[in-house]
Amino acid sequence: MASDTELTPTSYIEHHLTYLTTQVREGSSFWVLHVDTLVTSIILGVISLGFIWLVVRKATSGVPSKTQAFVELAVEFIDNEVKNTFHGNRHVFVAPAALTIFVWVLMMNAMDILPIDIMAWIMEHAFGLHNWKIVPTTDINTTFALALSIWLLMLFFNVKVKGFGGWMHELFCTPFGKNPLLWLLNLLFNFIEYVSKPLSHSLRLFGNIYAGEIIFLLLGMWAATGVSGTIFGAILGAGWAIFHILIVTLQAFIFMMLTVVYLSMAHESH
Amino acid sequence: MNINFTLISQAIAFSVFIWFTIKYVWPPLLRAIEERQKTIADGLAAGERGRHELEIASQRSSDVLKDAKQRASEIITQAEKRAAEVIEEAKKTAREEGDRIVAGAKADIEHEIFSAKEVLRQQVSELAVAGAAKILRREVDAKAHNDLLVAIREDLK
Repeated sequence: MASDTELTPTSYIEHHLTYLTTQVREGSSFWVLHVDTLVTSIILGVISLGFIWLVVRKATSGVPSKTQAFVELAVEFIDNEVKNTFHGNRHVFVAPAALTIFVWVLMMNAMDILPIDIMAWIMEHAFGLHNWKIVPTTDINTTFALALSIWLLMLFFNVKVKGFGGWMHELFCTPFGKNPLLWLLNLLFNFIEYVSKPLSHSLRLFGNIYAGEIIFLLLGMWAATGVSGTIFGAILGAGWAIFHILIVTLQAFIFMMLTVVYLSMAHESH
Repeated sequence: MNINFTLISQAIAFSVFIWFTIKYVWPPLLRAIEERQKTIADGLAAGERGRHELEIASQRSSDVLKDAKQRASEIITQAEKRAAEVIEEAKKTAREEGDRIVAGAKADIEHEIFSAKEVLRQQVSELAVAGAAKILRREVDAKAHNDLLVAIREDLK
């Protein structure tokens, strides 16, 4: 759409899936930074958590204002979910982390609902940025960053709560038993579990949101078939966007719940 | 779709956001919510206590009312009894007084009768003596028969 050259479906989709990148350090392809992903996610995090912080700073224990009631509603909802799953002192780390994850991931997912071409047009004409992906969670780096951070926290809490020996004992002696013959099997089983956790955690979120974005792009291509196609595509796009509200919220919630479950598993000995 | 430095930068951003929430967002809100929960719990407890006290007070008031009613009816009964007694006493006194008055009147009448009789007797005796004197004018010497006349008068009395 924003390109002057001949516009094909492939170039349209490719354009919307191209990151604004910068090379942090020469040489490796690893030292590439997706500026759009990072900046958008930080802006969203600052806006959402900053909003909550502003409300919370003036929080009263008396009759709350409407905004405070809204924030409390969200916080109590998450607190309840955490309380049902996690049985330690959740206020030290797990519950605030769950709040951060839910709010942040929800905001990043919600960017998917913004009309993709209009946002691209604004980015191009207001900021002069040709490529700007506005949905950070369609970047696998984001979901992997979250999942791996949580994975590391999982290892940290395993060692912190059970001690290194306790954790090793758990790796070798669960879930099948203490018999030395089963040690290898236990370890293999736990290894698979520890590998699959961050993979399923991150790929589930990424897959859902990425697929949602691709469908928006495909629906956007209806506009290429003329006026009736544009209207048809708009109606379908609206329907998908409404349905996507559910997916966006649900995926943020699932991501948060999995985090809580993984962290509480790390806290509990088997 | 390639993993790159973005991952590390996002992980750093994530850590900062979590730290921020733990440090600045969660504690004050939790405090406010917990304080409000405590206030609400206290209020509910106070309401419950008030209800209980009201129950007791209404129980006590109905007891007092019942007691007062009973005592009032007792007093009324006593008063009625006393009134009947007073009436009875008054009747008795009145009857006695009446009897006394009647007796006094009877005595008076008898006295009157007696004195009237006395006077009559006096007069009759005088009349008799006068009559006898007229009949016996010549034969009877007043001086000579004075003793006799006095005796007759005495008899007639």
